[in-house]
Amino acid sequence: MSVMRVAMLVGLAILIALPAVVPPYFLHLLIQILLWAFIYTAWALMGRFGFVSFGHGAFMGVGAYVPALLWTYYGLTPWIGIPLGIALSMLLAVVIGYPCFRLRVVGHYFALVTLALSQVVLLSLVAARDITGGSLGFTQRAVGHSWYALQFPEKSYFYGISIVVWLVGLYVWHHIDRGINREALEAISEDEDAAAAIGINVLREKLRVTVISAALTALGGAVYAQYMMYINPETVSGIAVSLQIVFAVVAGGVYSMLGPTVGSLLTLSLTEGLRVWFGTNFIGAANTIYGILLILCIIFMPQGIVGALKGLRLWSPRTKAAAPAE
Amino acid sequence: MDPYLIEAIINGILLGGVLALLALGLNLIFGVIDVVWIAYADIVMCGMYVIYFLYVEYGVPLPLAFLIAIASIAALGVVVHLLIIAPVLNSAPINQLLATGGLLFFLQSFATLLFGTDFRNIGVRLPILEIATLYISFARLIAFGVGLVGAVLLYLFLKRTYIGTAIRAIAQDRDIVGLMGVDQRRIYLVTSAIGGALAGLAACLLALQYDVHPHIGNTFGPVIFMICVLGGLGNMIGGFIASFIISQIIAIGGYYSNTELSYVLAFTFFIVLMFVRPRGIFAR
Repeated sequence: MSVMRVAMLVGLAILIALPAVVPPYFLHLLIQILLWAFIYTAWALMGRFGFVSFGHGAFMGVGAYVPALLWTYYGLTPWIGIPLGIALSMLLAVVIGYPCFRLRVVGHYFALVTLALSQVVLLSLVAARDITGGSLGFTQRAVGHSWYALQFPEKSYFYGISIVVWLVGLYVWHHIDRGINREALEAISEDEDAAAAIGINVLREKLRVTVISAALTALGGAVYAQYMMYINPETVSGIAVSLQIVFAVVAGGVYSMLGPTVGSLLTLSLTEGLRVWFGTNFIGAANTIYGILLILCIIFMPQGIVGALKGLRLWSPRTKAAAPAE
Repeated sequence: MDPYLIEAIINGILLGGVLALLALGLNLIFGVIDVVWIAYADIVMCGMYVIYFLYVEYGVPLPLAFLIAIASIAALGVVVHLLIIAPVLNSAPINQLLATGGLLFFLQSFATLLFGTDFRNIGVRLPILEIATLYISFARLIAFGVGLVGAVLLYLFLKRTYIGTAIRAIAQDRDIVGLMGVDQRRIYLVTSAIGGALAGLAACLLALQYDVHPHIGNTFGPVIFMICVLGGLGNMIGGFIASFIISQIIAIGGYYSNTELSYVLAFTFFIVLMFVRPRGIFAR
C-alpha cells in the first residue's frame, strides 16, 4: 500500500515538473488529456453504476458557454460566471434526472432521453446564433494575462489548473467509492426494487450522483472554454461529444478510478499520433481506426483496458474489492 | 389560412413518409433482434454514396443505381449483423448500443477519409409542382409515395409469408420460437437484410432531395430514434404514426421560427412524452 502511495506521489511530482522540460505542443496535449480525463471521470461517476448518460454534452456545453457569454457581453468575471454555469447545469440535471428517476426511465430509454437533452442544448446554441455565433463558434473577448478574466496566454498556468481539476475529479471519485453511497448505488444498479425494499432512497441516491456528475462536467467545459478561448457547439455539446465521452471511458475502463484517465490518454494520443502520422491528407483516418478499436473493445474487453489488466491480476489487489459485482 | 403554413404542413406530411420508412427499418431490427442500431442513419449515408458514385462517376442509369444501392446496403446490413451484432447479442443492452455507436464513428470517419467532407449532389432536378398557389417538391412527393408503398409491402410480407410470420413470432418470444423449429440465426440475418434494404430504399429517396456528406446521418439519426421510442420501440404502427407527429412538429415549428428551434421543440416534446408515457404513445 505504501509503495502504491509513494508511486503516486512520484508520478504527481513528475507531472508537475513536466512543463519545465516538454515543448509547448506536448504541454497543450497534456492539458487536453487532463481536462478530458476530468470530464470522463465525471461521466464515469454515473456510468460505473450503469446510469449511462448520452447527455453530458449538454452539461459541458452549458458550462462552457455560460461564463464565456457573460464575460464577453457583460464583462462578468468567470469567477462568478463559472459557478453560474455549473449551477445551471445542475438545475438541468435535476430537471431531467428527477422525472427520469421518479418515473423509472432506465437503461437505453434513459440513454435516449439524455441524448435528446444534448441535442436540445446543441440546437439551442446553434439557433441563438445572434448571441452565440451559431455553428461558426464563439470567440471570447481576450484581455491577455489576467486572473480576473481567468485568461492566460502561457500554457503553464492552464497546465496547473488542469492538474488541479483532474485531482478534484479523482478525489470525488475516491470519496464516492469509499462512502456508504457506493454500496447503495451498486445495489440500485443491480435491482432497483430490491434496493428500495431494504430502505435505500433510490431517487435521492441517483439524483445526487447525477447532479455531482453534471456539475463536474460543467466545470470541465468551463475550463476548456477558458483555455481554448474558442468554443463551437459541435466541439462542446451534442451527440458527437456525448458519444466521445462514453467511448473514451469504456475504452479506458469505467469501473476503476484511473480508467477514464487512461481512456483520455489513450484516445487523445491515438488521435494526435494518427493525425501526425497520416498528416492532413487523410482526415478521418484517425477516427476510422478509433471506431474499429471501440467496436473491438466492446466485443472483447467490455471491462475496458484497466479492467482487462485487472483480470490478469497485474493490478493492485485492493482494487479487487472495488470491482463490480458481475 | 396562410399558404406558407399549408405548404409547411404538406411538406411535413411528405417528410413523414421518409422518416416512417427509416423508423420501420429500425423498429423491425429492434423488435426482432432486440438491438438498437444507433448507426442506422449512417448506413443510409453509405447507400447515398453508392448511388452518387454509380450514377455520377460511373454513368450507371439511375434506376439501376438505385437497385444496386438497395442490394448492397441489404448486404451491408448482413455484414454488420455478422461482424458486430452477433458477438454482442448476449451482452448488456448498453454494450450493444456502444458497439453500434462505434460503428457510427467508423462509418462517418471512413466516409470522410474516402470521400472528404465535400457535399455531393447527384444533380437530378425534379420539377416543383404548382397546385393553386402551393409549391410542392416532386421529389418529396415521390419519397412520400414510395415510403407508404414500402411500409405496406413490409406489412404484407410480415403478415402473409412464412418467414414473415416467423419474424413476428421471434419478436414476441425469442426463446419459444426455437422450440417451434425456427432457426433464429437465419431469421436474424433475414431481418438485418430487410432492415438494410429499407435503409437503402430510404437512401434512394433522400439522394433525390439532399446532398450527401459524411455527417448527414447526424441530421436524421437522432430524429429516427425519437420516433421509434415515441411509437414504442418495436411497435411498427406506433412508429409509423409517430413519424408524422414529429415531422409535423418540425415543419410547423420551422414555419413559426427556424429549423433548429423546431428540432429543439421536437426533442423537448420527446423528453416530456417519455415522462408521461415512458413506453411510447401507443403503449397499452
